[in-house]
Amino acid sequence: MPPEVVDVPLRIVRTSRRHDSATRHVSGSATYIDDMPEPHGTLHLAPGGAPVARGKIKSVDLDAVRAAPGVVRVLTAADIPGTNDVSPVVGDDPALADGEVQFHGQVVFAVVAETREAARRAVKLAKIEIDAETPLVTVDEALSADLNILPEYRFTTGEVGAALAASPHRLDGTLRIGGQEHFYLEGQVALAVPGEDEMLVYSSTQHPSELQALVAHMLKLPQAAVTVEVRRMGGAFGGKESQAAQWGALAALAARLTGRACKMRLDRDDDMIMTGKRHDFRADYQLGFDGEGRLNGYDVLLSSRCGYSADLSQGINDRAMFHADNAYYLPAANILSKRMKTHTVSNTAFRGFGGPQGMMAIERAMDDIAWTLGLDPLDVRIRNLYGDGRDMTPYGMRVTDNISPELIAGLERSSDYRARRKAIAAFNADSPIIKRGIALTPVKFGISFTNTFLNQGGALVHVYKDGTVHLNHGGTEMGQGLFVKIAQVVAEEFGIDLEHVKITATTTAKVPNTSPTAASSGTDINGMAAQSAARIIKDRLTDFAASFYNVPREQVAFRENKVFYGNHSVAFSELILRAHVGQVSLSSTGFYKTPDLTWDQAKAHGRPFYYFSYGAACSEVMIDTLTGEMKVERIDILHDVGKSLNPAIDIGQIEGGFVQGMGWLTAEELVYDAKGRLLTHAPSTYKIPTSSDVPADFRVALFDGANREATIYRSKAVGEPPLMLAISVFCAVADAIHSLAPGRRVPLDAPATPESILRAVKAVAQH
Amino acid sequence: MPMRRDIQFMRNGRVVHLDGPPMLTLLDYLRLHEHATGTKEGCAEGDCGACTVVLRRVSGGEIVYQPVNSCILLAGQADGADVITVEDLAEGSALHPVQQAMVDKHGSQCGFCTPGFVMALFGLYHAPHRANLDRHAVNDWIAGNLCRCTGYRPIVDAALAACGDDGNDKFAKQDDAAARALAALDDDADVFAGTDQRFFAAPASIAALATLYQQHPDATLIGGATDVGLWITKQLRDLPKIIWLGRVKDLDGIADTDAAITFGAAVSQEAARRHLAAIDPDAGEMMRRFASLQVRNAGTIGGNIANGSPIGDTPPVLIALGATLMLQAGNATRTLPLENFFIAYGKQDRAKGEFVHSVSVPKLKPNERFRCYKVSKRFDQDISAVLAAFKVTLDGNRIADARIAFGGMAGTPKRAAATEAALRGLDLGKPETWDTAIAKLDSDYQPLTDQRGSSAYRSEVARGLLRKALIEIGGKPTQATRVVGIREAANAS
Ligand SMILES: Cc1cc2nc3c(=O)[nH]c(=O)nc-3n(C[C@@H](O)[C@@H](O)[C@H](O)COP(=O)(O)OP(=O)(O)OC[C@H]3O[C@@H](n4cnc5c(N)ncnc54)[C@H](O)[C@@H]3O)c2cc1C
Ligand code: FES
Ligand code: FES
Repeated sequence: MPPEVVDVPLRIVRTSRRHDSATRHVSGSATYIDDMPEPHGTLHLAPGGAPVARGKIKSVDLDAVRAAPGVVRVLTAADIPGTNDVSPVVGDDPALADGEVQFHGQVVFAVVAETREAARRAVKLAKIEIDAETPLVTVDEALSADLNILPEYRFTTGEVGAALAASPHRLDGTLRIGGQEHFYLEGQVALAVPGEDEMLVYSSTQHPSELQALVAHMLKLPQAAVTVEVRRMGGAFGGKESQAAQWGALAALAARLTGRACKMRLDRDDDMIMTGKRHDFRADYQLGFDGEGRLNGYDVLLSSRCGYSADLSQGINDRAMFHADNAYYLPAANILSKRMKTHTVSNTAFRGFGGPQGMMAIERAMDDIAWTLGLDPLDVRIRNLYGDGRDMTPYGMRVTDNISPELIAGLERSSDYRARRKAIAAFNADSPIIKRGIALTPVKFGISFTNTFLNQGGALVHVYKDGTVHLNHGGTEMGQGLFVKIAQVVAEEFGIDLEHVKITATTTAKVPNTSPTAASSGTDINGMAAQSAARIIKDRLTDFAASFYNVPREQVAFRENKVFYGNHSVAFSELILRAHVGQVSLSSTGFYKTPDLTWDQAKAHGRPFYYFSYGAACSEVMIDTLTGEMKVERIDILHDVGKSLNPAIDIGQIEGGFVQGMGWLTAEELVYDAKGRLLTHAPSTYKIPTSSDVPADFRVALFDGANREATIYRSKAVGEPPLMLAISVFCAVADAIHSLAPGRRVPLDAPATPESILRAVKAVAQH
Repeated sequence: MPMRRDIQFMRNGRVVHLDGPPMLTLLDYLRLHEHATGTKEGCAEGDCGACTVVLRRVSGGEIVYQPVNSCILLAGQADGADVITVEDLAEGSALHPVQQAMVDKHGSQCGFCTPGFVMALFGLYHAPHRANLDRHAVNDWIAGNLCRCTGYRPIVDAALAACGDDGNDKFAKQDDAAARALAALDDDADVFAGTDQRFFAAPASIAALATLYQQHPDATLIGGATDVGLWITKQLRDLPKIIWLGRVKDLDGIADTDAAITFGAAVSQEAARRHLAAIDPDAGEMMRRFASLQVRNAGTIGGNIANGSPIGDTPPVLIALGATLMLQAGNATRTLPLENFFIAYGKQDRAKGEFVHSVSVPKLKPNERFRCYKVSKRFDQDISAVLAAFKVTLDGNRIADARIAFGGMAGTPKRAAATEAALRGLDLGKPETWDTAIAKLDSDYQPLTDQRGSSAYRSEVARGLLRKALIEIGGKPTQATRVVGIREAANAS
């Protein structure tokens, strides 16, 4: 590892700082889009959804809707002056359905009315006639119809057929993995304010630049005439990466057509029906392994429910493949991905972006091997880790920063895994109804957009005459603490207190052509860009101070709100004033692109990731074999964030990500009926974790180590990886079930709801 | 009786007068009328708690601070209360202790759930049991608040930290003044805001209620509106005539005698919780897991019966305990065994103009044992897939009699006649003889499949729960039979 070059002791970064909006959050004064004062005469939109999942639209009778009290206008596809599309890549997501509908709830029209209530009431009066066809709803149905939304894609390494054939032990299996609703607490919302020839859209979006381009295409405006701004989101988790666009675009369309400000805030049930979720997957795999439990060959087919359109499914399914190995070396592998089209809402980005589903399959494989050979699953996992001479991934990137063995050993010790496993076995032997289980599972997560060009960040920094700093960059704040981390970087650079850095709303008018805040990359790319902007200004200030005070450049230092020169110092604000009088530019942009990435999508080979983030978790659970109910008893986590920029924020990401992952794999169940209607479209039927689901015994520690790559202050990305630590909960449940009939494989599918657990309990007990 | 034509509540020391519209929710009043946007809408159906506000009221001579969901509470239901929202807590730039603790413990990330948590914790700060809190008690208190970002740990830490002080915040200091102001609002008047065609009414006596409901049998009665609120926010139903039971004197009484407890229909579920827990810890455990604090503070015992839901949690428990329901129309009252009230799905034995007056629940006799179980996807604030309630009369080690009722297994809360018969005479010492009786459940119930569980799962669970009950009544400690709701822990505390 190259030595870390730090010329001054760090004061602001690598310290725990509060979220910049914490005081506003607790006071109710943090402004979300629905809280902004509405421009005079603001109108409100409500969406009208398709009553069936699939078919040609025969007629749409909106007369009663138009006549309803308060209705100003009704929007249909015919009202769109430009392109009727809100998709991120492919061009297959109409903002308003045209000719046919492809999922239940797909937006066919939108009502614009004086109040939100009037708009919602009017929606109910529409008469939509559709020539209904039978929808394909599940992955299985789409597989039998061989309906793909995108071409299949494959990684191969070694000769998997031969490796399987030569293995002393072989198994095959199928694992079903459910999807997940984001359930950001703030639903989708946008407010569009028309200008003279311009459009300003406030949108709760992770991707302002994309919305800007879509609105420009839809309204036939130059992109320079459209501005998208977002100060903060009330949660996003990937659900506002591509799928915030539709609501912003419809609000902008309405604003353009009415000349009035227009707001669209989805009702929670509409939000859950009309926006995409984490992809559900089916994994079909074959394993070949030796008597020690080491894999020789892994052949896996990952089939996912993409929904009716492509959305971000390519990248998501690619990432499932990139993480099909998780932390394990696969001497021979065939990783095939099928992206199935179904007549359901288009599934989309969600924290982990397909990675979690890929990992689930290999973690089940580890358990399968352990159950078959009578080994401790942890030993099987340890034996299969990447290591010396076993460091090539199935996609041709060498794992050079592997800390899994050390990290897992540390957690094995600190969680007291071995002693607890013994104690659990003793408990289970005496307990016919309640069974306990434990599992320790690793995470290795690749950091960078696998679509390489997206790995770029931009920033804009101004220093004003009073020495305060205006900070802007391309990242969006969704609660992850991005803004405070980047402000720390800039404050550190100028040697000033964090309070002197003013964080400002993300806007396409200040930093253009940004990437989405996604792929855990927000701090990595925007932090570097902001540092670069600050350094440019600081360089100019250094030059100025050196000449003004007549000292060598090396003797100018910025710290403690002062600028030191020789044996003297001057207040930072005073130097700024002098520099201004001295005609020094106090504003700069900053730009960063991630170096060294060489991914070749056609050859499925290269280096898609700048580095890996690592972690491991040990979970203990107990289950009730009469009802399938499950309780998590204890969680131990050891997670790698490199040198943390802000430990408090990072621990928050780890804990929150873990709990969200735990929800995905336990209680959160998306139920569709045969007609393709989502039955769990409200928090009354879709159950994310509550406080009592988190065990009192929850131990989280940061792994001590720097990023080998030259990331911002040697930190590592933290947004997504912790979610996958929760696979340990799922595996612990399987372990508890396994205790009923040691040696039998446990057919537990995700999510492990009480029903799913009881089904697996019955299956192993009845063999 | 005097008649008042508007709704009155306190906001920041001033009296607000409202005379409609009847369906206005408190959240819409705050956000759209006052433009006080600190309180958030996360779901508009009572499930997420982002809209939590605190109603400060005088109850039984004491000042109480009740967190409620403003999204499904009608503005009229705030009548007589001091409405406290997240904007009201700080004093200038000094945050309230619960706000400060949330900041110090990093309890917010995206911040959208935060105002709701702050208000729930503000209620906890003023709760009688604040002095002996542990994580479990905090979890129970915030079961109605969802956070998707933090994983809750820092929020629980903040609750424990904030409630460690002396509790003397600016509100406690003003409690006497608030009590006087609220007393001035407590005018015994029948409230009738609106016209004969569209109104929000809140009669003050049973007689006034009976008369009004006879005049307007088409009106919608509301107890807590924890069901009806969703008809408004989700189904967008037009409910022009609303009669709220929350001001009716004597409908919110609890008569607790040696033999039975009688709950007036308007008794809140939270108020009933302690009394049901005293009958049996399992009934208390069911109430602990019933909805959330915010919902239980508003929702009523009468509403959970009158709505006739096949998945309501109290009816099976009350039926198994042998409860009797009293109905009233005009001056006439009648009583019936609770199970007879539920005729079929969506159909109850309630005539036009008739309302639920009270329910009377016998206490357990020395030779009676009770068990009930709530099975749901999530432990807290979830609707039951199956709710099972068993009352068994023992003769030594044998079952002399059994009353069994299930929720979630039929179109109504329903007794298990065949199983009850098969259990008579069963020897609790001989588990090998139980199978026939347990299998009888399949003839009593043919449950449906829905998003909460398949028919097969529900049947399987029902059999498992009966077996569990027999094992426990036979003497097994519940640590060996349950993952939550340990009875021994409830008895100890
Ligand atoms: C988030 C949430 C969670 C929930 N969780 C649970 C749960 O865990 N278990 C459970 O059982 N339920 C649950 N519920 C539903 C539960 O709150 C309601 O069933 C509640 O009990 C209804 O009481 P209420 O006083 O609010 O009734 P309201 O909504 O006021 O009324 C319900 C119905 O009863 C009628 N009614 C009310 N009082 C009377 C009366 N005295 N006489 C005649 N008719 C009357 C009304 O006209 C209406 O038809 C939940 C609801 C929510 C929103
Ligand atoms: S907004 Fe979710 S409970 Fe009120
Ligand atoms: S902080 Fe985002 S939902 Fe709680």
